[in-house]
Amino acid sequence: MIVLVVTLAILAMLIVGYRMGVGKALSATGGQARILHSRPGYYGTYTALWCALPACALMALWLIVQPMVIAAMIRGGLPADIRAMPDEDFDLVMTAIRAIAGGTPPSNVEPYMEAAAARIGELEILGQWFMAPLVLIVALAGIYFAIRHIVPDLRARNKVESVVKILLIICSSIAILTTVGIVASVLFEAMNFFSIIPPQDFFFNPVWDPGFARAGEDHTQHDFGLLPLMWGTLFISFIAMCVAAPIGLMSAIYLSEYATSRVRSVAKPLLEILAGIPTVVYGFFALTTMGPFLNTFGDTLGLDIQASSALTAGLVMGIMIVPFVSSLSDDIISQVPQAMRDGSYGMGATRSETITKVVFPAALPGVVGGLLLAVSRAIGETMIVVMAVGAAANLTANPFESVTTVTVMIVKQLTGDNEFSSPQTLVAFALGLTLFVVTLCLNVVALYVVRRYREQYE
Amino acid sequence: MTATMTVESRSSAPAAMPAVDAVKMASRGTEVYYGEKRALHGIDIDVLEHEVLALIGPSGCGKSTFLRCLNRMNDTIDVARVTGEIFIDGKNIYDRDLDVVQLRARVGMVFQKPNPFPKSIFDNIAYGPRIHGLAEHKDELDAVVEKSLRGAGLWEEVKDRLPEPGTGLSGGQQQRLCIARAIAVSPEVILMDEPCSALDPIATAHVEELIDELRQDYTIVIVTHNMQQAARVSQKTAFFHLGDLVEHGATEEIFTNPRDERTQGYITGRYG
Repeated sequence: MIVLVVTLAILAMLIVGYRMGVGKALSATGGQARILHSRPGYYGTYTALWCALPACALMALWLIVQPMVIAAMIRGGLPADIRAMPDEDFDLVMTAIRAIAGGTPPSNVEPYMEAAAARIGELEILGQWFMAPLVLIVALAGIYFAIRHIVPDLRARNKVESVVKILLIICSSIAILTTVGIVASVLFEAMNFFSIIPPQDFFFNPVWDPGFARAGEDHTQHDFGLLPLMWGTLFISFIAMCVAAPIGLMSAIYLSEYATSRVRSVAKPLLEILAGIPTVVYGFFALTTMGPFLNTFGDTLGLDIQASSALTAGLVMGIMIVPFVSSLSDDIISQVPQAMRDGSYGMGATRSETITKVVFPAALPGVVGGLLLAVSRAIGETMIVVMAVGAAANLTANPFESVTTVTVMIVKQLTGDNEFSSPQTLVAFALGLTLFVVTLCLNVVALYVVRRYREQYE
Repeated sequence: MTATMTVESRSSAPAAMPAVDAVKMASRGTEVYYGEKRALHGIDIDVLEHEVLALIGPSGCGKSTFLRCLNRMNDTIDVARVTGEIFIDGKNIYDRDLDVVQLRARVGMVFQKPNPFPKSIFDNIAYGPRIHGLAEHKDELDAVVEKSLRGAGLWEEVKDRLPEPGTGLSGGQQQRLCIARAIAVSPEVILMDEPCSALDPIATAHVEELIDELRQDYTIVIVTHNMQQAARVSQKTAFFHLGDLVEHGATEEIFTNPRDERTQGYITGRYG
């Protein structure tokens, strides 16, 4: 509550500070804005930044440090026997106290806990009452400091722009650091896995049979073979690309070369609706429609097609990727300069000759790049295969049989009841890392190809 | 084929084919609409065989639009609509039974910006002969490519680098490559849409010489912004203004003794 009030107060001061900055800048030159180094607004922003940034930084720091200080103080106030507890038990007590203070008391509440919880409440309110005036004083001091520094020669624009630049750098580094963090966490757990199961037993083992974790068991008697999973992933992706590449490319060629602008304006959004369908819905479709359909269809042909076959998942995944392929290829084909088409038509080439001999070859590198991006999407796709494909890790080339994929097994191993430190769970991280490396390589190659193509015309 | 043979075609009745033997192409009442906007107002003009006709006029006057009518390149623009009649050897090219593919093989085109295909020099030239089935064997194709490159004055410069990409040539070479590509299908008429506007003066001089040589074998219609160029390369000149064909006739006449004051204003540089 107090935090909200303080924030609103800072906002109000920020506006006032802006006005004061503009006013000071103008009065310093007697109203002649031309004499100022920067436009008056920059002096306002300069003042506002000096008002808000230090105050907000102080508040954020306070809100981070305050719980730590309070925890330390509570700890000092607890009975001696509690303080003497081993670390894990003591952590449980502290958790219980915080829960009471938060209004959701656990079942076994001891009197000393209630006392401590009440003390937490008091300290928090006390802390915030200290914080509020302090923050507001800092904000006021910021305004005062900025106003005092405003002279016509002050390079307010440069200062404001450098602050904006720092903000932009912070935002982009958050995205990058998150990626690094994700990779590091996966890498760390995968290392744990490889310390139990040697890498060669993971990468080159043709059998996947992780079993269940039991205490004191020799893990090496289970098989954590990557090969059947990787095979299943690549196999399903291959089937998906067999569906998506021709359909997507053909529709892209139709849209960019044959369709009139009116058809295009309707058909392209419709096609892109396909991309907006959540993959779990494609999963339903595969599970309830495509699987049984292929099964009965196989019966009429005398083929034994399992409902959860690689074919089912591949077909549905292919349909999912069609808009991805067609949209990317359409963009790339449209980028081929009109001059190429004119040149070809001017020679008396027909439309199909122009497309197959000039436009498509010119677009080919970009189209290949787009297809590679689509493949990496197919490889990483989870929901369709979780729903449509079984968990049978077969190493088979028969599309009518069940296979399973890396992503399905990650889901299965991580959501099971296995202990976290067991290789049965940790293998999910090794699988994830492998998948990450594979898709990363594909993306790098794809982006490289696409960029090479772009350079050709610019 | 002298300058005095010019037909004052405004007076001739629309849709009637003039019976002059040397007329290669003729336009009668050609109008072009881009959507609602009328870009060309009833153009009547003849193009004589083995002559270079220059189309001049300020930007947006419709000269390129008219040029593109002559091989129906406007068909590729969705909103463009052409009315009137254009004849090649007495045959209306907008007739239903005329195949636009064959027309464009007879009436080739060179564009403002050199637009070689991203293929090898050889394949650029061989493209037309291949799609029209003009050369069956490799040695026939080789012969066509050499003849076309020689015709465009490019053979000596590129004969050792035929497998290299056409896009790697200099701007002037690229434009001559495009001319070679156009003559590889042995057209009867070559349309050139400001072929030198993207070239430096030396490359321009090359192309202009080439145009003069090509006149022996082909009929040429060239759009240009450069009046010196029109005077240098053409025998006939047509002046367009705001979608109208203001006047046309022998190049010398137009430049020394224009009848219309708009023509006079343009060639003396008062506007344009």
